[in-house]
Amino acid sequence: MIAALIIVFREVIEAGLIVGIVLAATAGVPTRSRYVVMGVAAGVLGACLVATFAGELGSLFQGSGQEFFNATILLLAVLMLTWHNVWMASHGREMARELKSAGHKVKTGERTLAALSVVVGVAVLREGSEVVLFLYGIAAQGGTSATAMVVGGALGLVAGAGVSALMYFGLLTIPPGKLFQVTSGLITLLAAGMAAQAVIFLQNGGLLEYFTGTVWDTSWLIKEDSITGRLLHTLVGYSEAPNGAQLIAYAATILMIVVLMRMVNQKQQTAQIRHAA
Amino acid sequence: MKSFVKIPALALLILAAPAFADAFLLVAPALADAPISVTLKNHKFSPSVIKVKANQPSMIILSNDDDTADEFDSSSLKVEKVVPGHAKGNVRIRALAPGKYPFMGEYHAATAQGMVVAE
Repeated sequence: MIAALIIVFREVIEAGLIVGIVLAATAGVPTRSRYVVMGVAAGVLGACLVATFAGELGSLFQGSGQEFFNATILLLAVLMLTWHNVWMASHGREMARELKSAGHKVKTGERTLAALSVVVGVAVLREGSEVVLFLYGIAAQGGTSATAMVVGGALGLVAGAGVSALMYFGLLTIPPGKLFQVTSGLITLLAAGMAAQAVIFLQNGGLLEYFTGTVWDTSWLIKEDSITGRLLHTLVGYSEAPNGAQLIAYAATILMIVVLMRMVNQKQQTAQIRHAA
Repeated sequence: MKSFVKIPALALLILAAPAFADAFLLVAPALADAPISVTLKNHKFSPSVIKVKANQPSMIILSNDDDTADEFDSSSLKVEKVVPGHAKGNVRIRALAPGKYPFMGEYHAATAQGMVVAE
C-alpha cells in the first residue's frame, strides 16, 4: 500500500505543481477554470491512450517512439509557456485594467488560457500515463493486495493534490502586483527545465548525441531521486549531473523567453508613449 | 473562442513532428559492442549487474517477460523507459565515466533493482 501511495503521490505532485503555477498565473481571469478542467480532462484521456498503446508507440522509429513522443510534447509545452510569458509581457497591463473595470468583459485572457490549457494537458498526460500503467498492473494481478494498493493510490492522489493546492494558495498570498512577476519567473524556469528534459529524451532516442559529458555533479547534495530532488526537477529542472546539451537547452530557453519578453514590452511602451502624445 | 480551434490544430501539427525525426535516423550511431540483453521476470532483472565499457555508449535490450508493464528508471543514467508486458525496449546508455549507476523497475521497485557498472 505504501509503495502505491508513494508512486501515485509522486506523479500527482509533479503534474499538480504545474497546474498550481498555471492557476496562479491566471488568477482573476474568470473563464480559467473551464480551460484548466479541459486541460486536465484531455490529459487524463491522453494518459489512458498512451498507456493502452504503450507498445505500439514504443515500437515506432526503430524503438525510439516513446522518447520522441515525450520530447515532442515537452517541446510543445515549452512553446506554449513561452507564448504565455511573451503574451503577458505585452498584454498584462491591458488585462489588469480590464480586470479592474468590468469583470465580465475580460476577453483578453482567453488566448493565453488556451495555451496554458495545453501545458496542463501535457503535464497530466505524462505523469498520468505512468499512474495508469502502474495501477493497471496491480489490478491485473488481483488478490487482496490489489485492494490495499488501490487504497494507497487513492491516498497518494489526495496527498498529491493537497500539496499542489498548498503551493497554489501560497502563491496567491503574493500581492497581485507582484504575482505576475513571480509566476512569469516560475514559468520561465519551468519551460527551461522541460526543454532540458526534452533534450535528454532526444538523446535517449539516438538524436542530438552531442555534449553528452557530465558538466557537474551535485548528487552528493541533492539526489534527483529524493522528494526534494524530484520537486526541484519539476519546478526548475534540477538535474543532479547535467550534461552539456541539457545546460545549453536550459540557458537558451531562458535567454529566448527573456529577450522576447523585453522586446514586446518595449514595443508596447513605445506605442503607449506615442498614443499619449 | 477561435483559439479553441487553433490550439488543437497547432498541437496536432506539432505532435506529427516526430515523423520528420525519422529522416535523421537513417544511420544509427555506431555502438561499441553488441547490445546487452537483460530480462525482467517476476519483477527481477537478470542479469542485475550489467558491465559496460567506460567512456563508450552501449545499448541494453530489455525483455519484459512479466504480464504487466514496468518502467526502466534511473536518474544517474538519465533514462525513463516504459516497457509493456511481454515486449522489448531499447535502452540507450550514454558514454559513462567509470562508476556504478543504479537503476530500477519503477512499478516494482521492491524487487526490480539493478546496476550498470562502467569500467
